[in-house]
Amino acid sequence: MALKTEPFVLNIGPVHPSTHGVFRMRAILDGEVIVDMEPIFGYLHRGIEKLAEERTYTGVIPLTDRLDYLAAMSNNLAYVLAVEKLAGIPVPERAEYLRVIMAELQRIASHLIAVGAFLNDCGAFFTPFLYMFREREKIVDLFEMVSGQRLLYNYMRVGGLSQDIPNEFLPALDKFVRQMPGFIDEYDQLLAKNEILLARSKGVGILPRELAINISASGPVLRASGVKWDIRKVDPYSIYDRFEFDIPTGSAGDCYDRYRVRVEEMRQSLRIIKQAMGQLPPGEVKSQVPHLLHPPVGEAYGHIEAPKGELGFYLVSDNSIAPYRCHIRAPSLMNLTALREMMIGWKIADAIIIFGSIDITMGEVDR
Amino acid sequence: MTVALSGREIASKLEQQFPGSIVESNENSLVVKSESLPELASLLKIAPDLDFDYLTAITAVDYYDYFEAVYQLTSIKHNHSLVVKTRCYGRDNPTLPSVVSLWRGADFQEREIYDLMGIRFDGHPNMKPIILWEGFQGHPLRKDYL
Amino acid sequence: MEVKDKAGIYIYSDKELDRAEGEAIEALKTHCQQPIPDPDRWLDEELHRNILLTSLDAVLDWARRSSLWPVICFPACCAFEFIATSASRFDLSRFGMEILRASPRQADLMITAGTLTWKMAPQVRRIYDQMAEPKWVIAMGACGISGGIFASSYNVVPGYNRIVPVDVYVPGCPPRPEALLYGIRMLHDKIAKRSLLQEGR
Repeated sequence: MALKTEPFVLNIGPVHPSTHGVFRMRAILDGEVIVDMEPIFGYLHRGIEKLAEERTYTGVIPLTDRLDYLAAMSNNLAYVLAVEKLAGIPVPERAEYLRVIMAELQRIASHLIAVGAFLNDCGAFFTPFLYMFREREKIVDLFEMVSGQRLLYNYMRVGGLSQDIPNEFLPALDKFVRQMPGFIDEYDQLLAKNEILLARSKGVGILPRELAINISASGPVLRASGVKWDIRKVDPYSIYDRFEFDIPTGSAGDCYDRYRVRVEEMRQSLRIIKQAMGQLPPGEVKSQVPHLLHPPVGEAYGHIEAPKGELGFYLVSDNSIAPYRCHIRAPSLMNLTALREMMIGWKIADAIIIFGSIDITMGEVDR
Repeated sequence: MTVALSGREIASKLEQQFPGSIVESNENSLVVKSESLPELASLLKIAPDLDFDYLTAITAVDYYDYFEAVYQLTSIKHNHSLVVKTRCYGRDNPTLPSVVSLWRGADFQEREIYDLMGIRFDGHPNMKPIILWEGFQGHPLRKDYL
Repeated sequence: MEVKDKAGIYIYSDKELDRAEGEAIEALKTHCQQPIPDPDRWLDEELHRNILLTSLDAVLDWARRSSLWPVICFPACCAFEFIATSASRFDLSRFGMEILRASPRQADLMITAGTLTWKMAPQVRRIYDQMAEPKWVIAMGACGISGGIFASSYNVVPGYNRIVPVDVYVPGCPPRPEALLYGIRMLHDKIAKRSLLQEGR
């Protein structure tokens, strides 16, 4: 006598302790195995693209902070790069070096949360998460010295930065850069060969190489699948071509590779910060830009390597004080495209880990 | 350094294979007719010297007479990029052909453009709103909304 | 997609569910155009305390305010300032609040950390309705008070007090952990003035 089964629809989210923000999935289960899945988002859609059409070019910068709120410096940088490309505004040397330092510090802070939340989902209840937050507080202190804010900085401006760094910043940054490699080694010692982490994440949620390119994935998700594509190397923006650093890539495209790529990227970011600190020139940090900017008629697409992937801004201008159209190419939205393929055949517990390893922020997906 | 290919050169190459499909072209981009977009896109993806296998972004812009969809294409192997645009006229029920069968990254982006701008994409397997809910009146990103 | 069981009866069609959800959102949107007034009955309780119950009130209020358990409701950026408050530097566990309850049945405080959109509003209202009495709400951040920087957007609810009654407002974008702790202390003072005779809020 065969067991009578029927498909069961489970709604996961939008309020759930393991989803990174308000993300909802309708999973169709057979027992505990997922046979089909439908992602639903839009619960944080605030209309940033429409609001950007009503503000001046400088007034859009605080709105861009709130896109990927864990990496606000990178969002600012992508937007001001797009505006400078559109209007042809040069940036002083000191501002370029400081922008690189801020962007790489932000990359470390964002990857700390990504790794901490991933381990949280794996079952280490809060211990690695609190350890990562301890390091993140040091970085957030540095940002507070510079901009006055802990989370959403509004620090970059079109043509440079809003203000120069105070005198205490460089000694504090030096101290941080000396201590941080020791902490990353400490986490590696505890976690890299941990049996539970390996059992739960090796071979789980594989994203094959061709599929990763086809869905326009970017960032650690693409690099863990074996594609060596990093905007800082293939299309260097700002002054990244003056620094030496490696691009960590994985081979299998599973959750463990994505985790390792993020940890290695933190080490490479520290390398870049050390080199930038040594070469920092004196000078001013903002070039002469009129208060109300009137860029010429045209369009520009500026993109950077944000911690989550390739963040791009497509701006269309019609010579007025506000952008005519500001479109945001969000990396988290692209990385989510293959979520269904990655989850089919796994159990619900694995589904949470697969979702956590892609590392999305709902502010970016929904805009 | 990613080389941004010149719109004029690519337009002249494509014009040989598909005459009459290019509307205009300049240094930065080329505009194609919406009916010939699927064939041109598949040529851009498959041709060995072009090999555009990575769709970076799709944007839709509302110029009052027409809607314009902008496709940013990149090639990972050759490290070059191209901007392809296409237009559709009329505000009541604009439609464009979908490129989901070539690049799956267009899936969520086309649904979002349908939701926020109102442009339908023929050939998309799952054309329903993604960001706003079913039953939302109007298309917010249009210039005449509110 | 449609899912049918072995007998051919369908149990799930995504279009039907989406349509039902859309109708619920539109209904809530037309219904909630006015803000719910803030609960202020506690202001006149000072004069009406029954002398027989004062020590019982004091003990119950001390117990309630020393172990408020927040429910997880973290839409956006303020969530990370809340998590930083409960991390090891600014410790929330010294106030008894380190347990973030995923189930609203076991929680008595809702800290609304993020922007509320009309699409999310029915879910937040449902979570609030599932919490057991007595319950309190702290509106955290500018988005919680009035919609913040996004107030003029088509999808943003201008303030949580359209959907749930709010007790304490904490300004900031995002509020610093010290500001959030100050807001929680204000809520403790409000709870200390509660009386057993107070029905509802």
